[in-house]
Amino acid sequence: MIRDLSWVDPLYLLFALRWTILLTLLALVGGAPIGLLVASLGNTANPSTRLVSRAYIGLVQGIPLLAWLFLFFFGFPIFGIDVPAWLAATCAFSVYAGAFLGEIWRGALMSIPKTQWEASSSIGMSYIAQLRYVIIPQAIRIATPPTVGFVMQLVKNTSLAAVIGFVEVTREGQMTAAATLAPLSVYAMVGAFYFALCYPLTVYSRRLERRLHVAR
Amino acid sequence: MTYTFHFRDVFAAQDALLQGLVLTLELTATTILFGFIIGLGVAVASVYGPRWAQRAARAYVELIRNTPLLVQLFIVFFGLPSIGLKLDVLPVATIGLAINLGAYAAEILRAGIQSIPRSQVEAGVTLGLTRSQIFRHIVLVPALKNVFPSLTSQFILLMLATSVASQIAAPELFYAGSIIQSRTYRDFEVYTVIAVVYLVLALLLRGLLALCYRLLFTHR
Repeated sequence: MIRDLSWVDPLYLLFALRWTILLTLLALVGGAPIGLLVASLGNTANPSTRLVSRAYIGLVQGIPLLAWLFLFFFGFPIFGIDVPAWLAATCAFSVYAGAFLGEIWRGALMSIPKTQWEASSSIGMSYIAQLRYVIIPQAIRIATPPTVGFVMQLVKNTSLAAVIGFVEVTREGQMTAAATLAPLSVYAMVGAFYFALCYPLTVYSRRLERRLHVAR
Repeated sequence: MTYTFHFRDVFAAQDALLQGLVLTLELTATTILFGFIIGLGVAVASVYGPRWAQRAARAYVELIRNTPLLVQLFIVFFGLPSIGLKLDVLPVATIGLAINLGAYAAEILRAGIQSIPRSQVEAGVTLGLTRSQIFRHIVLVPALKNVFPSLTSQFILLMLATSVASQIAAPELFYAGSIIQSRTYRDFEVYTVIAVVYLVLALLLRGLLALCYRLLFTHR
């Protein structure tokens, strides 16, 4: 049945936006530990663990996100596990976020001068204490702007979860467009919602970056 | 695990896969070409243009970079017919992807142009070079050299992103995969093969662009 686009439709889209946000958060929760692991493996003296880290990043970044979504969506049932779309999407986005966060964080760790390690060990700090009080506080300052930038990318990319049927804002838009035959206005609205979510993150990331340069 | 993999069904459809691959390459190449041209135009406008052009360039870049590609493709797909342009789906996908890439390329190229120190341009002026000579030889080529690594990653991301065009039924590689899937029901096998093909393409494209870099910039 075809109905007119009405004032409730933006509201429905707005409600669907929370699933976009939730999926982003789930992906970050799943992706951050992977990213930490990838970053720390990529920062060791051992060439073979560095290779593992680089291979993971290359593998994930060399395959379209859409393919990762489908691989997880169709892959779980092979092992006899039926997963809902949101869980498959969470897994795919975690794998994806892990690679990008790992790359960002590895770069941040590596940008800390070697002298910082030497100085802190010369005053008798343990490895953990070095990380805790010297290296990580400096690395976090460097890593924050690109990390916020990546969160913005992630918000946009969760739109692909619509393809495996997860009802976030893009999928809600598809259904509204099909019901009202007004795809252009609907997708313009969907785009506006994403913009409202992403633009503050972009501005924030840029401001952080500027502050970082001023401080140095 | 009792599942047996059937890759044979997928490889039996190699004609469809190959056709999809060719169209993905075509889509990637044309999008990179047009996206680069758009990006260069917008970057130049945002650095040298009058105030209104700078504003327009800024708005375009922010609008595109802060919304998902999928939604942009839907808007182009449904929007072009409503302004009276009825095109084939492949040109539509190219337009959508080029508009997307243009914004990212513009941002990269703008950073490149602004990375050239003013003193270089001033040196060009004292040597009596014309404005277009200065732009070409003193600004553009060194700027391209500086940002080539960023452009390379952006082009690879774009190549992978052409898969999103399958959602407006552009018959590229990913779309070919979904057709084979619906014919054979070998979903996991199909997408494994597709993923490997993309991975190889990404590696090849990286190699190709590294070769371009060497040919274009190292003899200077």
